[in-house]
Amino acid sequence: MTSTQQINRRSFVVGTAAAAGGGLALSVGFPFAGPQVVRAQDGSPEINAWVVIRPDDTVVIRVARSEMGQGTLTGLAQLVAEELECDWSKVTTEYPTPGQSVARKRVWGDFSTGGSRGIRNSHLYVRQGGAIARTMLLQAAANEWKAPVSELSVANSVITHTASGRKTTYGKVAEAAAKLEAPKEVPLKDPKDWKIAGKSVKRLDTADKVVGKQVYGADLKLPGMLTATIKDCPVTGGKVKSFDAAKVASMKGVKKVVQVGDTGVAVVADTFWQAKTALDALPIVWDEGDNKKVSSESIAQWLKEGLDAPEGFVGNENGDAKGAIAKAAKKIEAVYSYPFQNHAPMEPMNATALYTPEKCEVWCPTQNGEAAFAAAVAAAELPASKVDVYKINLGGGFGRRGAFHDYVRQAVLIAKQMPGTPVKLLWTREEDMLHGRYHPVMQAKLVGAFDADNNLTAIHMRLSGQSILANVFPQNLQNGKDPLTFQGLMSGNGEHSFGYTIPNLLIDHSMRNPHILPGFWRGVNINQNCVFFECFMDELAHAAGQDPLEFRRKFLGNHPRNLGVLNAVAEKVGWGKPAPQGIYRGLAQMRSFGSFVAAAAEVSVEGNGNRVKVHRIVAATDPGYVVNPAQVERQIAGSFVYGLSAAFMQECTVKDGRMVEENFDTYDSMRIAQMPKVESIVMPTGGNDPWGGVGEPTICVAAPAVLNAYFAATGKRLRTLPLKNEKILLV
Amino acid sequence: MQEEENLMARLTVNGKSHDIDIDPDTPLLWALRDHVGLTGTKYGCGIAQCGACTVHIDGEAVRSCSLPVSAVEGKAITTIEGLAQNGTLHKVQKAWIEHDVPQCGYCQCGMIMAVAALLKEKPKPTDADIDNTITNICRCGTFQQVREAIHMAAQSA
Repeated sequence: MTSTQQINRRSFVVGTAAAAGGGLALSVGFPFAGPQVVRAQDGSPEINAWVVIRPDDTVVIRVARSEMGQGTLTGLAQLVAEELECDWSKVTTEYPTPGQSVARKRVWGDFSTGGSRGIRNSHLYVRQGGAIARTMLLQAAANEWKAPVSELSVANSVITHTASGRKTTYGKVAEAAAKLEAPKEVPLKDPKDWKIAGKSVKRLDTADKVVGKQVYGADLKLPGMLTATIKDCPVTGGKVKSFDAAKVASMKGVKKVVQVGDTGVAVVADTFWQAKTALDALPIVWDEGDNKKVSSESIAQWLKEGLDAPEGFVGNENGDAKGAIAKAAKKIEAVYSYPFQNHAPMEPMNATALYTPEKCEVWCPTQNGEAAFAAAVAAAELPASKVDVYKINLGGGFGRRGAFHDYVRQAVLIAKQMPGTPVKLLWTREEDMLHGRYHPVMQAKLVGAFDADNNLTAIHMRLSGQSILANVFPQNLQNGKDPLTFQGLMSGNGEHSFGYTIPNLLIDHSMRNPHILPGFWRGVNINQNCVFFECFMDELAHAAGQDPLEFRRKFLGNHPRNLGVLNAVAEKVGWGKPAPQGIYRGLAQMRSFGSFVAAAAEVSVEGNGNRVKVHRIVAATDPGYVVNPAQVERQIAGSFVYGLSAAFMQECTVKDGRMVEENFDTYDSMRIAQMPKVESIVMPTGGNDPWGGVGEPTICVAAPAVLNAYFAATGKRLRTLPLKNEKILLV
Repeated sequence: MQEEENLMARLTVNGKSHDIDIDPDTPLLWALRDHVGLTGTKYGCGIAQCGACTVHIDGEAVRSCSLPVSAVEGKAITTIEGLAQNGTLHKVQKAWIEHDVPQCGYCQCGMIMAVAALLKEKPKPTDADIDNTITNICRCGTFQQVREAIHMAAQSA
């Protein structure tokens, strides 16, 4: 029976990649169980989809979202464990597979781990999962003792009936609990009463990472596996014209040279180095198509024209900004630009596929198991029931592995040409740099108007550049408009609401979509929007002759949580008090992904303004609720590495239709010597608004806080990123 | 086919000898990962920029992606898998766990190897020593925790 083989293969995965939660085997109706009990591979009963309890009291918590360093795995487990009232020291986790999810009517909900949504969009139902399981376990004990459940209490997986002095554990009642009908809904704890959630417990996934045991996708090994590496046409839109496989066929270790769709060629060999050596030697002729005429300069010119184009999609408007600007006593105008950037996760793209006409299985690092599954199903051209995806931990994601599973598609297309042989496709860093899903390119022209009394009367912000949705999810456009372009600038009180009240405001977008494929790059459109707007607010403050903090505060009266984080960083950094000799300060704030974030930077500048040292960052975040403060602090600190690397060092330049930078020698990333001291203020204010995210929001304030401090130090505005193009270095 | 050619290399990895059939130009990184079967040493860039592939050669931190196997025969190679001694974690590994340093963790094996070599050279490194020596890339950006954990490890026995 094929299911036996499947289970065996899954057992193998569990054995090789246990820490990665590499696969979870389920069998429904195990021989010695009642008909309703779903069992984990080892026979332990599932209390519900989120909780399996073993006889030794180990609690296995299912996590549908992906762990890529951001701590979601631990945070989601904390939330389930909090409601479950289990012994935290006995918690372990595993990933369900998307195939199992499909078979069980999406019992685990969304797998997508992007948009800083991992915890905030699933906390209610995973907490319910824990609470329902607790209720069933208590009921099982009550049934056994013939005592009212109301007389039972539970702590650390131990159930107590005080009246009779009886005690039992979750492991002992799990079998009986699994047979009970689940209550529909159970009241959740008030976060004020949390004991596990809300605390800085250690991550669950550290031990293997420090000894080299953590299995990432790139590390996966299957019996009989071969390794492939690929070159896709370096110009997007181009195709393979021809390649001469005979030239490399006899090289050591080479097993096969295959075309991958219309656009790629891969070499399959015993080892990666053999595959790479042969691929480098393989003559390939590309048909690069019309896009080869495009360059960064031609794109920049096209975007520049959009800054003054008559029509634009309106993202946020109140009053009559154009009218107020026409009547202005004083006008301030500035043009900013933001480049293409690659996610460059440390682990290059990879996926392993094993294809037979009966079954296609894929092992891959992914931020969205269900999207990877869909890509595998489409490439395999098999029914969904004959496909599954096993998630392997990611060596970084940052948005690259969320909506885009080109590497999964390629792996399956290669494996289809070698049925029965598992093939691991591993990209080179160069391939990763040439085939990113790039941070969209954008320019902005901002015009501010003052009346004769030096009051700000209007701002018009015109964005000109690329829409991610137009390329990736065109069905989400609204009459052609990409609402996501206005992240952090939107009207209303949504997760990306604009954080000021300006008397007359117009923010609009001239959409211009080059052929370079855009993607969701950690922070997405808040990165450029916050640079544009928060640097311009500084320009306006300067033009008005006012302190940047005091100037901002005038427009924050209706935005208490924006004001709250801004005040917090200003106070802690010592704004308004003398800075140490040679140190200058800058501020920025924004709402993004539901959280309110602000930063204050302290910098010094040397060498005619060409060498910038960021000494200290004070960063505040108010996500509403916090599940693990220590992990939030790590996300905040790391955000300054990602954000300042981007601001100072990173641009993917287009020449002859393709990307120029191919590795970290030309696409640099911050090192420890450049790391400022980051002081985090985690200040959740609770309330009834939806929870905010953590992984992305803070990135947006990194660059503008530093750019504003640079202005304070030098009197010079830097409006074009990255700063390396102006020979300004982070030291 | 040129299988007659002797392509064997003898590598001493974590105290064990391995005879492997490999082209001598192959970088040590791939010998370790694909021939010896130790995947804790990571591929990040292939051009000695990122440090994810850092191992110790005769006790010194070296980026193994740009070093051919022919250059390391007869030398003592230590990988992350061999850093713990007699089942006891190295003090850097302990500090990393204690301080919850890794995020995605992909670069951390190389980071730990670089730090272990630094502490051997300078048992109580200053921040400047750290800045000058530890040049590994971490895209998650856990540098603040790395620095704190280095000082923590230096304080431990």
